[in-house]
Amino acid sequence: MIAYALIFAFLCYGIGLLLTLWRIATGPDPADRILALDTMVINVIALLILYGMWQGTAVYFEASLLFAMVGFVSTVAYCRFILRGDIIE
Amino acid sequence: MNNASLLPIMALLPFLGALVPGLMIRAGRTACATFTAVPTILALVMLGLCAPDVFRGEVLQIEFEWLPALGLSVSFFLDGLGLLFAGMILFVGLLITLYARFYLSGDDPAGQFFTYLLLFQGAMLGIVLSNNILLLLIFWELTSLSSFLLIGYWTHLPEGRQGARMALTVTGMGGLSMIAGMLILGNIAGSYELTDILAAGDAIKSSDYYLPALLLILGGAFTKSAQFPFHFWLPHAMAAPTPVSAYLHSATMVKAGVFLMARMWPALAGTDAWFYAVGTVGLITMVLGALIALFKDDLKALLAFSTVSHLGLLTMMLGFGTEAAAIGAVFHIINHLTFKAALFMTAGIVDHEAHTRDIKRLGGLRHLMPITFVIAVIAGLSMAGIPLFNGFLSKELMLEEAAHTDWRGSHYAVPILATLGALLSVAYSFRFISHTFFGPVRDDYPAKPHDPNFGMWAAPGLLVVLVLLIGIFPQATVGPLVELAATAVVGHELHHWHDLKIWHGVTPALIMSAIAVLGGLILLALHRPLERLWNAVPRPEAKVIFDHVVGWAVAGSDWIAHKTHNGAISRYLAIFVVSTLALGAIAASGGGLAPATRALLPVPPLAWIGFLLLVVAAIAVVLLHRERFLSLILISIVGLGVSGGFVYLSAPDLALTQISVETVTIMLMLLALHFLPKSTPAESGIFRRVRDGAIALGVGGAVASLTFAFLLRDFSSISEFHLTQSKVGGGGTNVVNVILVDFRGYDTFGEIIVLGIAGLIIYALMHALLDGPAARRLRNWEFTQERSRDRHPMLMVIATRVMLPMTAMVGVYIFLRGHNEPGGGFVAGLIIAIALLMQYMASGFGWAQERQRIEYHAMIGWGVAIAGLTGTAAWLFGKPFLTSSFGYFHIPPIEEFELATAMAFDLGVFLTVLGAVMLMLYSLSRIARYAGETVNTAAMDYDPSQGIRETTEEER
Repeated sequence: MIAYALIFAFLCYGIGLLLTLWRIATGPDPADRILALDTMVINVIALLILYGMWQGTAVYFEASLLFAMVGFVSTVAYCRFILRGDIIE
Repeated sequence: MNNASLLPIMALLPFLGALVPGLMIRAGRTACATFTAVPTILALVMLGLCAPDVFRGEVLQIEFEWLPALGLSVSFFLDGLGLLFAGMILFVGLLITLYARFYLSGDDPAGQFFTYLLLFQGAMLGIVLSNNILLLLIFWELTSLSSFLLIGYWTHLPEGRQGARMALTVTGMGGLSMIAGMLILGNIAGSYELTDILAAGDAIKSSDYYLPALLLILGGAFTKSAQFPFHFWLPHAMAAPTPVSAYLHSATMVKAGVFLMARMWPALAGTDAWFYAVGTVGLITMVLGALIALFKDDLKALLAFSTVSHLGLLTMMLGFGTEAAAIGAVFHIINHLTFKAALFMTAGIVDHEAHTRDIKRLGGLRHLMPITFVIAVIAGLSMAGIPLFNGFLSKELMLEEAAHTDWRGSHYAVPILATLGALLSVAYSFRFISHTFFGPVRDDYPAKPHDPNFGMWAAPGLLVVLVLLIGIFPQATVGPLVELAATAVVGHELHHWHDLKIWHGVTPALIMSAIAVLGGLILLALHRPLERLWNAVPRPEAKVIFDHVVGWAVAGSDWIAHKTHNGAISRYLAIFVVSTLALGAIAASGGGLAPATRALLPVPPLAWIGFLLLVVAAIAVVLLHRERFLSLILISIVGLGVSGGFVYLSAPDLALTQISVETVTIMLMLLALHFLPKSTPAESGIFRRVRDGAIALGVGGAVASLTFAFLLRDFSSISEFHLTQSKVGGGGTNVVNVILVDFRGYDTFGEIIVLGIAGLIIYALMHALLDGPAARRLRNWEFTQERSRDRHPMLMVIATRVMLPMTAMVGVYIFLRGHNEPGGGFVAGLIIAIALLMQYMASGFGWAQERQRIEYHAMIGWGVAIAGLTGTAAWLFGKPFLTSSFGYFHIPPIEEFELATAMAFDLGVFLTVLGAVMLMLYSLSRIARYAGETVNTAAMDYDPSQGIRETTEEER
């Protein structure tokens, strides 16, 4: 049963990835693109966790942890760049 | 103590001694010259101690290993030939030191001169004592370099500089050729030890590579010994001070080529190729040099071409390849040294006292400079080959050999040309004497000539005494030495040794000698009309040709350099990848590719999506790269895809690193982009874009297909070893980490040093940049952008502060488990760096900087130091650098745990990475301070716990 659930989840997040890609491509605002990128990171985190479940291993957990921890830093940096220009001031 | 151990000391002494004169010059020129003489005298004494052994027939040898893998060892040996040359080098070096003390004027930097002199002497001594041909080559190059310094000693004279450059170019090129020849020779003989090579003479001569080796080595010897057609550098080297000319062109530099041919005799001589190459070149050089010498007006130029001629004579003798010729050559080496050094010094004295060396402005000096006159006459007669002077004896031996040498079936070619050479030699020798010293006393000398003080004529005086002694008692004075050295040259006992004597009866040589003397006198009488003829005939001017050739070479190199290195990285990359592509295409067309052994794995749909993401993002970056901010976002997609790919393809270590590196990179780029134009102007035309696109596609396709081909085939790699040895040898189950900190620890050590240097360089560059005009531009920076007024939002400050301990904990966790699970010092360093950067970003530069306790520079330093110390600790246990050790410990109540020295090493990596990353970002973010941005002291613009602050000027 879990297998079907996983496949369904893979499918959803896969489509999610494509949609965020579409958003990044079309924009129109930088803010749209930054948000789309952030969503893309979240999708990847989810996919990594799902892949770990699929494989039955915890070895991918750190990668998703790290994504979750530092992924938002890039988003913040992009936003600061848009808002203030200088990211460290 | 075995005398052989004196040899390396002897070879080193001049080099050590070379350090002294430069300092001693403060104590005056006499003290300086004295201290130059000390190492020379010491070396001479040591040589004297070794001499009895050599005369007993022993060959002193000593060897130290240097680079055994290359066949390079520091090995010296001393046999008869080495003894002769070492003695000459040191003895004449001593005389030159004395002479130079009085020759150099007070304006000349004598300290430098004596230092160069000793360096040169050491290099020469090294050549004649080396038993390893690679070591010999090193000394050979050292003579080229040190002679360059000596010839160009008078740096204010353009002739001196040009002469030095020419000498260096010609002898340096010869040196290159000789390196190639020596390597071939060593390959044939299977050893680079001279004694082995000389013993393998027959194998060498029968080898297919004999001819190339011979020609290449002769290329070195001929250039050094100024043989035709490389003779032209020697006269131009005469721009040097006379002591240098006397040293370089009588006893040492130019004799190095002769020495080499003599040294290599057992290995190379005796074949037709040797005879025709060496003998013919020597013969041509002898005649040509003598002919030119006759028409030179400058005393030193005359002597220079005479030296060329005598070197030709020596080369020809060695080329004959017979035992008697070897004896004659060795004997003439000694004789030429004595009279030519004396003559050079005489020319120097005349120049010094009369202020001219132009023979046309001289004459009648015999009354004004009687002592110099006597010295010049004795030496000159010896050079002419007049009986009772030593030059006669060896010239007789030469003519005797020439008399029965056939050249391509002709009985007469060699004897006639040899006689002609001797005849010309008589003519220029007499011209030197008569046109300088005889004739009427003139009243238009540039200065009033008089004999110099004793110090200046002592050295040439001693030399002409030797000329006479050897000339009258040849066997008693130098007979045994000549026999010994000639034995060493031919490599076996001499079969036909006759004691040296003056009278051999009426031999063909005597008749030829008589013809030469008579003919020479007639030629001298006809000198005036002959000179007119000589000047009327056009001749190629070597210097002009040389300058043209050098000019072309420079222009050609310039052209190539400017075409390939035009400063654009796209050009370098294009050259690099296109040539790689071409080589790859050639390799691939060989058809050596084995059929594929692996099947393709199924590709799940999600992998296709990831693939699509990567491809779309990559293509979009190419299309949109002019919009810089947008490209950064697109690059993030690529980074995300690559990180995800690493996870999917089972490389969690790489994934962790990639994820953190991506974040840091984006921040670096954004920091830089703030001060850069936000879009790239279109500069290249359509043709260039198409061309570059084609190159990029071609190379990308090639790499992709190479990878694809590679992945479809089974192959063995070192991975197997790493996988099996990781736990056993390195004590860790994470192979990647064990490789980094243990198996390839040395690489990692180098890499963290590079990383540290990169960080420091960015810091230094920024420092220099902000001190320069860039700072002024920054001060006038105009922020066109509409900026948000919220510099440090409270939400972000709070969030990052909460994140800090958590992130730090993750960092520590990743660090600690690195040895056995994905992680390690590198990733941990990056994670902590990101945790700190978050604070910088959220709470501001000033607030964060205030809380920085350890300087980032120091962190880099500590990191490298800890890693290095961990490595060196292995030495204490007698293990090689960076050998790691590990053990398992059990301290209740903690579970059993492992401690490895690799962890300390990893700590070093961690600190370096952290320090370097922080330093880079810190340096870049400093720019903004120069653009007039203010620094905050409080973390938040609005801190609810503080109540409402006064709005300050920060709110820009």
